[in-house]
Formats: sequence, C-alpha cells, structure tokens
Amino acid sequence: MIGVQAVPEVATAIRTSGLSKRYRRVCALSDCTITVPEGRISALVGPNGAGKTTLLRLLAGLTRPTGGDLIVNGGVPRQDPAFLAGIGYLAQEIPLYRRLSAEDHIRAGAHLNPCWDGESVRERLKALTIPLDRAVGTLSGGQHAQVALALTLAKRPRLLLLDEPVAALDPLARRNFLAILADAVAAGGLTVVLSSHLVADLERVCDHMIMLAASRVQLCGDIDALLAEHQVLVGPRKDTSAIERDHRVVLLSRTPRQVTMLVRRNGPVIDPAFQASDVSLEELVLAYMGQGAPPALTQLTSIGDDQ
Amino acid sequence: MGGRVISFRMDGRSVAPPYLQIVQQVKQALQMGVLDVGDKLPTVREVVAATAINPNTVLKAYRDLERDGLVEARAGHGTFVRRRLPGPPPGTHSRLGRSLVRWVAEARAAGLDDESMESLLRVALQAETEEEIA
Repeated sequence: MIGVQAVPEVATAIRTSGLSKRYRRVCALSDCTITVPEGRISALVGPNGAGKTTLLRLLAGLTRPTGGDLIVNGGVPRQDPAFLAGIGYLAQEIPLYRRLSAEDHIRAGAHLNPCWDGESVRERLKALTIPLDRAVGTLSGGQHAQVALALTLAKRPRLLLLDEPVAALDPLARRNFLAILADAVAAGGLTVVLSSHLVADLERVCDHMIMLAASRVQLCGDIDALLAEHQVLVGPRKDTSAIERDHRVVLLSRTPRQVTMLVRRNGPVIDPAFQASDVSLEELVLAYMGQGAPPALTQLTSIGDDQ
Repeated sequence: MGGRVISFRMDGRSVAPPYLQIVQQVKQALQMGVLDVGDKLPTVREVVAATAINPNTVLKAYRDLERDGLVEARAGHGTFVRRRLPGPPPGTHSRLGRSLVRWVAEARAAGLDDESMESLLRVALQAETEEEIA
C-alpha cells in the first residue's frame, strides 16, 4: 500500500505496569503490564484461576494492587464517585434484586447515578420483548443478563468490565447479548473488557485480547496482529534448535516422524523442511493456556514417542 | 432506495477473518449484480446489530473496499458503491451459475458424487489453461 495515512492519536482506556496482587501467600496476579486503546472490545482469556477476575476487580477499583501502577480512564481506580461513574462492572453472579422489576431497577438507577439514561434501557428491553414490569427473578437466564447489561450501559460508562457474562446463556441469548454490546461500542465512547471461555464468540466480537496464564500476561494486543505474529510449522522430526533460537516456540509436539510447532515469529521462518500455516484464534488460545503448566503436561503431547 | 440492499453472514467455521468475509461478500454481491453503482451498504450499526461482530471489523472491511476504489464513504450519509468490479457484466455469473447447476444435476443423475465432479472441474480447468498456453 502506497500513501501516507494519517493515524489518529488513540487514547488509552487502560494502562498497567508491573501490576500485582497477592492474597496472603497466594499470588493472584504478577507483573501485569497491559495497554487497551479506547474503543476496543478486548477479550480477557485464560484458564480458571489465571487471575482474570482479579484483574477486572483491580481495574474496577474494587480491590487495591499490592504492587505496580494502573491508570484507567485517565485516573487511578479508587472508590470515589468521579472514578466509578466512568466504570461499568458486571460480576459473574449478576447482581440484580430478584423481587424487583426492570422498571424498579431503572428508577433506582436514576437516584444513584449522575448521568443515567433510563430510556435506553426501556428501548433495549422492549426491542428484545423483555417485560419491564415482572420481577427480575422470574425472567429466564438470558433475559436476566440482558436486563443487567442494559442497566450497566444506562450509566453511560466509558469502560465496561464484564466477568464471564455469557457463560450460562443459550446461543441465541448470547448472540443478542453480544449484539447489544457491539452496538454500544459502535455508538462510540465505550471500551469493553470481556472475560470468557467461548472463543468462537470472542473471535466474532473482540478485536483485542489479553491472555493470562499462571497469574501472568502471556499476550496482549490486536487480535489480527497477534494472529499474524504466530504460525504453525509442521515438518519432519529433525533438529529444531535453529528455529528455537530464532523464534519463540510456544508449543511443540513430536511423533516418531513429525514435529509440530506453534511459534511466535521473529521475522519470517525460512526453512523449506517445514510447512507453515496460519493459526486460528482457538489454536493460539489453547497453546498459551498451557503456558506455565507443570512440565508433565507438555510431555503428554509427545504422542507415540519411541524413546 | 428503501431498505438494505444486502446483509452479511458470518461463517464461524471459515478460515477467513470476519473483515475479509465482509469484503468477499460485497465483491460477490457486485459480481452477481446484487449490488450496483450508487447502492448503499448497510451501516456499521446495522451490521453489528445483525451479526454481533466488532464494529471496528466492519469499518476495516469498508476501508479495504474504499482503498480498492469499489465504494466511497460520504460523511453523514453512509458508504456507497462507486464502481463495478472489472470483469464480465453483472448477471454473467448468475447465468453461468444456473447452467452449472443444470450440469451438476445431470452429473448427479448419472451417478457421479461430489468428489468426482470436483475432479472433473479441475481437469477441465487444467485442460483449458494448457490449451491457452499451447
């Protein structure tokens, strides 16, 4: 492509540096350095216990770090109204009053939040034919989550933090939930961090990814760029030290005849013995999920090894 | 011009990333004559609401199409088709497609399975190319 395109200055919604959180002896998050530009939908992925919820709680100002720095929406997360007004946080166990209706929640929200768009909730829920007057506890799981999301968006947050919001929903409810989310981002002024294990959903709706494993950040960046940086190499079983020296081997498995590697490239891979192919987001996520796992697990991938 | 001219569908099993799927579907619609010069593409919010994909993905696809000169963004109005794809006039694809469908039906009636039809097509393409070279 020829021609110089003016790259607009993009502000960052989240910037952390060496962030850590320790609960007594357990280290929930260590040396976490990430950047999320404004206007992105970032996928927060990693195995259970990797520190995803801890990171979200730190960003929301619900807990304080034991080390490192973080800036969210241009400020340090803390329990003060000015900071909290810019944050929407939806915890794993959706916090609604079961006996109150959606309309009750909308009215309560108007009292608790400085700039509250109750009408947007009514519009969104009407479009999904979710009753406004019924006790929230009597709605289906999908409708329950929709109400919570619509209410969280009514706050007009600049950053929305969602902790596995779609895990329990059926495919149609999930699609509707993500469509509302993507539409809110399209309307402008919103950044989202969404933790989930459902890679197919993430691939569709997210354009940025933070990958945690073993309490550490394994990857952080544009999904397209991360995919382009990685490759799967398949070739005959031979000395792979040259490739291991030049590139970072994330995953390696051997059979008696063949070697399969997922590498983070450091420039092009030049070795005619290996066939290179692109990686899918799912392959990438699975490969990094194993990072930091005990070595016994990586040996299990050596199927049919004849040593 | 009332309503949307085309809608996009995202194939989760496709190897092509979502933005490329949009680019391909617009080009395909141009080839098939479904889209013509002056037609408006769906807005980012329409695509997002229908498919739950990332809005930046749609913007990226539209920027790609704009760079190829196929569409133009008019501020405040939307994205419009600027020109047809080089190649045969619209309708050619669908006409040839129809005759291919007839051929497939005939082949199936004769007991050919999909794989034999695919290999027949490959052989025919190969033969055609060699004839051109010769």
